[in-house]
Amino acid sequence: MIWNTRLLFSAVALFLFLVPVGAGFFAPYDPTSQNRDLPLVPPTTIHFYDARGRLHFRPFVCLLAETGRLGSQEYAEDCSKTSPLRFFVRSERVYDGKVLNTSWHLFGSDTPAHVFLLGTDGYGRDQFSRLLYGGRTSLGAGLLATGLSLGLGLIFGCLAGYFGSWVDDVIMRGAELFMALPWIYLLFAVRAFLPLSLDARQAFLLLIGVIGLTGWARPSRLIRGVILSAKQRNYVIAARWFGASSLSIVRRHILPEVSSVALTQAALLVPQYILAEVTFSFLGLGVGEPEPSWGNMLASLQTYEVLTTHWWMLASGLALVPTFLLFYLCSDSLQRRFQVSDLSR
Amino acid sequence: MRSRARRGCIWLMSSLLAFGASSPARQAPKATEDVRVTAADTGRPGGRLVASLHSDPKSLNPVTALDAYSKEVISLLFADLIHTNPYPQHTETALAKSWKASSDGKRYTLELRRGVRFSDGNPFDADDVVFSFKVYLDEKVHSPQRDLLEVGGKPIQVRKIGPYEVEFELPEPYAAAERLFDSVRILPRHLLERAYEEGKISQVWEMATNPGEIAGLGAFRLKQYVPGQQIVVERNPFYWKVDPSGNRLPYLDEIAFLIVPTEDAAVIRFQAGDIDVISRIGADNYDALERDQRARTYQLHDLGPGLEYNFLFFNLNDVDSQKLPDLQRKQEWFRLPEFRQAVSAAIDRESIVRLVYRGRATPLWDQVTPGNKLWVNAAVPQPPQSLARAAALLRSAGFTRRPDGILVDSHGQPVAFSILTNPSNVQRTKLATIVQDDLAQLGMQVHAVPLEFQAVMARIFDTYDYEAAVLGLVSGDADPNPEINVWTSGGATHLWALTEKNPTTDWQAEIDRLMRAQTSMLDYQKRKHAYDRVQELIAQFDPVICLVSPHVLVGVKSGVGGIKPAVMGDYVLWNADEIFWRSKVAGNR
Repeated sequence: MIWNTRLLFSAVALFLFLVPVGAGFFAPYDPTSQNRDLPLVPPTTIHFYDARGRLHFRPFVCLLAETGRLGSQEYAEDCSKTSPLRFFVRSERVYDGKVLNTSWHLFGSDTPAHVFLLGTDGYGRDQFSRLLYGGRTSLGAGLLATGLSLGLGLIFGCLAGYFGSWVDDVIMRGAELFMALPWIYLLFAVRAFLPLSLDARQAFLLLIGVIGLTGWARPSRLIRGVILSAKQRNYVIAARWFGASSLSIVRRHILPEVSSVALTQAALLVPQYILAEVTFSFLGLGVGEPEPSWGNMLASLQTYEVLTTHWWMLASGLALVPTFLLFYLCSDSLQRRFQVSDLSR
Repeated sequence: MRSRARRGCIWLMSSLLAFGASSPARQAPKATEDVRVTAADTGRPGGRLVASLHSDPKSLNPVTALDAYSKEVISLLFADLIHTNPYPQHTETALAKSWKASSDGKRYTLELRRGVRFSDGNPFDADDVVFSFKVYLDEKVHSPQRDLLEVGGKPIQVRKIGPYEVEFELPEPYAAAERLFDSVRILPRHLLERAYEEGKISQVWEMATNPGEIAGLGAFRLKQYVPGQQIVVERNPFYWKVDPSGNRLPYLDEIAFLIVPTEDAAVIRFQAGDIDVISRIGADNYDALERDQRARTYQLHDLGPGLEYNFLFFNLNDVDSQKLPDLQRKQEWFRLPEFRQAVSAAIDRESIVRLVYRGRATPLWDQVTPGNKLWVNAAVPQPPQSLARAAALLRSAGFTRRPDGILVDSHGQPVAFSILTNPSNVQRTKLATIVQDDLAQLGMQVHAVPLEFQAVMARIFDTYDYEAAVLGLVSGDADPNPEINVWTSGGATHLWALTEKNPTTDWQAEIDRLMRAQTSMLDYQKRKHAYDRVQELIAQFDPVICLVSPHVLVGVKSGVGGIKPAVMGDYVLWNADEIFWRSKVAGNR
């Protein structure tokens, strides 16, 4: 039973991360290319039956055109012009050739028809492609920021817990100071001091930096606590009496104690930091247009009209739900596992 | 026939029940009163109209009020001598019954209406006019109106000739001088003279003032103000306009402005029927309202382009090379007319209209919108987007494309710059994203930077620390005179080059000369000719790259009569004195 759930978890987690990592392959279009005659198009219908009711084994899509006034954003399918859904298609241009992108795509259609699985946004950009590429940004930011804050937390927590006395005092007072820092205002302040021209990659790194640097306090306090108790264990005291150096005690005897807490913390921090990225980008402080992120994709929902009539614009918000659920379940099961192993010891 | 008579009876009764007790009695105008007879349809008296404001007005003092919300309420409470009617966009008599200009165009004699009374019942005469102008022109008062009352750098002079006659003397002949009087609200001397003499005029009539202490000559007077909730004005029983049947205006008993902080919230309340008139609707919301076929208890009006123009401009200020070396390097590009022309050619204005305004906007190539019927220059070329032409212009200015597609200048530096926008204006932010994508086609790396509005203003007006920005301006009047501050060098809103005190280019020198010359031309055709040329120069040299003028979109509940929505002023409520409810039921809520 436990095996099955674990397997399921791993499978879902793997999928969740593989798809955005392989966005270059899974996404049919360039996430920044605008189809200016097709803004806010609803998800494309994939047809199996044609107008005469004949079944097609290769599904097809119809051409979409705006009806009525220019800019009315009302569309109708013109099924006299169809285009079959194709798999393993090749595009002319590779989006941002530097990172893991290819000109091969899982699926696509012949031009001028389009396959917009999740419709398009206000500029006629494919929402599905943006969701995948945006997931790369948002999940990436969450993981990297967790790595940074946990790494710092580990270092400071170890120093404080192991050496105690004034080192502990200085680090822990510092941690309290950082915990009291209001993130959003800090980011506002940092943004105001930097030059205006910040490209998407710099903005991404800045975001990770700010989240990671302000976030180390909480894990470091936790780790310090674990180390304080680990320090008192008999085998640590014994090792010290045998003349082991501080470094080797920490490495051999203490860090393994910490690893369970650190992993559980990580599983809790990742969704928090993903949410932080989403919030910042939603407010226009994070990754800027035209590069997608789950946060800046949600920004258009600030308009009442978009919120009420274009449900597919909620896609990135909905994608957050299973992501968060997965991480929380993960942290839960990690915690349970370590408790079990603690008891058995 | 009979049933109509009966219905009439019921109306009458309900009107007595509903309003008999509260509202001031309607008095027929006396024979000695110089009333103004309007040309409007005869309406039905009574009822309450609900409108909305996005924010609390800051002040009800016409001398110092600055924000749009205060001005909107003030325009109902006070009146001016000569008024610019936003519907035909020309001037008409208001508190002045008639006016005469001397042959040299420097002396204006205004005859005032007799028997007119302030909303507190006190009489109005030439002393009030002289007092009002004294206050507006007093340098110590710092009234924003003062600048508008200066001609050729010197203030106009006012003199009382008789109890109902005043004379204005202009330092030099001034085109469309009667437009100077528009929106200069006449103040009650009997209430404000003491405050003025004590030097406290700018502190009177704050929002906390007791409604009874405020009196004006407008169609309405203040009844109640609840901060953060609503401001209610009631009918001024002494108002000086009557309809063709001799009924004293205004028809409405009350107008209530609900304070609704966002456009979306106002649209929802309009849809629900809580609000009767709504102006300044965005295209998205307008379409949402239009789609809502369910009830359709309202009428929507797309009035076409207003006087607002949105534009992109580059920072051409002289900046300190120590403080902003990077900007100074980039200004080498910005100062090239070819560079700006290429940017203008590469921008797809039609797409902006379509994606940002859903077709409810008009593309622009110069600053005068088609909404300004008297001054638009139809001969300004309107070339469609052309990346080829843009690329050719850039090549001629020494820019080249690197093999990776990035545009570089003659020193091999990649062309990258940022565009400031304010995220509170969704449309402008979207517009910047489209511009960004268009310019990427030329190999320019453009970043749209959303900054809070005050921060954008500070960078544009104080620190000059920006590269380019997207902004919109709304002309206060259709006439070119108030625009002089924007287009001449040294003007207070010469946005793109505030440090340019004297013209640094030939075309700027020509604009300066034309703008100054037209102010003293008295012939419309000659002025039009001069301003046409200014528009051509703006379109040709692109100191600001004009992009789009959004349509003025308004909604009015069915049953409201006398509505004449206009693209100037308060769009719907500018003729609040003529607005009425067609049936009792609708207005009596």
